[in-house]
Amino acid sequence: MNTKKKMKITPYKVFCVVVLCIFAFLFIFPLYWIVTGAFKTAVDINSSSPSFFPSEWVMSNFQKLFSRQKAPVWEVFVPFGSFFTSDGSKIPLFSGPVVPAAVRWLINTVFMAVMAMLLTCITATMAGYVLAKKRFRGRALLFTLIVCAMALPKQVILIPLIREMSTLHLYNTIWGIIFPTVGWPFGVFLMKQFSEGVPGEMLEAARIDGAGELRTFTQIIVPMVKPGIGALAIFTFISSWNDYFMQLIMVSSTSNLTISLGIAKMQAENSTDFGLIMAGATLAAVPILTVFIIFQKYFTQGIAMGAVKG
Amino acid sequence: MTKAAPRYTTRSKVLVMRETRSAYLFLLPSLFFFLVFVIFPMVLCIYTSFFDSTMGKNVEDTFVGLANFREMFSDSVFLKALRNTFVIVIVSVPVVTAFSLWVSSAIYKMNGKVLSFFRCVFYLPVVTGSVAVTVVWKWMFNNYYGLFNYVGTSTGLIEKNINWLGDERYALACIIIILLTTSIGQPIVLYVSALGNVDASLTEAAEIDGATKFQLFWRIKWPNIMPTTLYILIITTINSFQCFALIQLLTSGGPNHATDTVMYYIYYTAFKLYRYGYANAMGVVLAIIIALLSAIQFRVARGK
Repeated sequence: MNTKKKMKITPYKVFCVVVLCIFAFLFIFPLYWIVTGAFKTAVDINSSSPSFFPSEWVMSNFQKLFSRQKAPVWEVFVPFGSFFTSDGSKIPLFSGPVVPAAVRWLINTVFMAVMAMLLTCITATMAGYVLAKKRFRGRALLFTLIVCAMALPKQVILIPLIREMSTLHLYNTIWGIIFPTVGWPFGVFLMKQFSEGVPGEMLEAARIDGAGELRTFTQIIVPMVKPGIGALAIFTFISSWNDYFMQLIMVSSTSNLTISLGIAKMQAENSTDFGLIMAGATLAAVPILTVFIIFQKYFTQGIAMGAVKG
Repeated sequence: MTKAAPRYTTRSKVLVMRETRSAYLFLLPSLFFFLVFVIFPMVLCIYTSFFDSTMGKNVEDTFVGLANFREMFSDSVFLKALRNTFVIVIVSVPVVTAFSLWVSSAIYKMNGKVLSFFRCVFYLPVVTGSVAVTVVWKWMFNNYYGLFNYVGTSTGLIEKNINWLGDERYALACIIIILLTTSIGQPIVLYVSALGNVDASLTEAAEIDGATKFQLFWRIKWPNIMPTTLYILIITTINSFQCFALIQLLTSGGPNHATDTVMYYIYYTAFKLYRYGYANAMGVVLAIIIALLSAIQFRVARGK
């Protein structure tokens, strides 16, 4: 950082940069192809010699996407109502105006990712603090359980989860996706690593000053582990947004789909209308990419930190 | 990890009790979700694997002992799926690890903006999400309108259009290529941070002693980033074993089961054939295989 003496240009470095740029191009290209594909005319798309730049920018793919299916923009049901109807259906209270289904999917996805993020951050920060800073009975057992659960493939539990969720009347709801995401112990593990960095003297001092457990937590721990919470928040947001398998098995009705699922279904129904599919893919990818690019720094730090003691 | 312990040993029993109680109050929300939505399904998965179960509302499960596990080893589709999964793992794990190590060591000394540009670019396919990435690759691989056939035929690399995803010879290779682009991002982030953390005084001392670049890497940096390598090996193995979205969206396991993976076959068995118990038995076997491989990688890496 202080001395820039090592910045000699060697042939190997030139080679590295050239190859890196080629790969960077290859990694960006699919994204470019999605976005331009969404604005191409049907003629452009269905020609055997693809044009690398839309000959004419059109909105028809998006128009088709938005006119395909409709759904109410939001719906509120009687809480736990499905326990009391004979066929387990939900009792609607009120619902919003009808909008294109894709908009509803986007709202569902944002709701899912935000709720998963909030719940994970709150529960994981509390648990991580306790695991790092308290000595209590069952601590070792609990920690072993967490590490073991993390090493197992998440997908294995998802099939039994279906049966559990339908017993709890959470099958085919967004909550059915949110709860298992919150339960996944990676967040607890990450927050434990961060909480260990809080000096014990600070906690002792707070105790001597007469701060209760809750005060100590909110006024000392939370500000100290803020970078960890930030990293966990973005990590949870992006991974729950993209957790296709979980979404696929958990929800099925049109108004409950997430954006990824909606696009996948559309793709299965009209598999050769690439313009329409790319319009959907654009709608799914652009919000999450924006979030990622804005919070990139926290995200990359968080992933690296969480793995240090993995 | 246990360095915060010392002064607790002299505490009175009452204090320990109080601390235990408040600790569990803090743990309660997290523990609830963890036990109910992770541990319980895990137990349920093992339990159901001994039953013939069909998810039907009025049909009782019947206990079949180890029959599900026995069936697996005479099920030719399962064995093919297992073979394909191993091919994917054996190709992708070394390629991902080596390539991400190369990229990271090439970029980690660059200045901040350039570094974060490259890191960001290689992470893009991860963030974009498996569905959006998969549908665009499906288009590019398409028999008639695909980019690859166009570029291939116009440059003369291939004679006529190839049905990439519909041909047994190419389908699995195509899947692996897409999988590689989506699994390289995270290892690069990890390696860049690990290489940046290697103690500068070590490398400087070695340089003064006249170490070559090659020695510098293998003797100093490589041992220092070993924990990261281990972590990357394990997560890449787990991710490759779980390859699912690509298969479901691109080929549905076809043609002729050439791209069936264990994860996809589990999904197919459970949600298309409704053979719930059998699917869970395969899940248990998959979990055991992954756990064994992780343990072996751990041993090999730590044993040196």
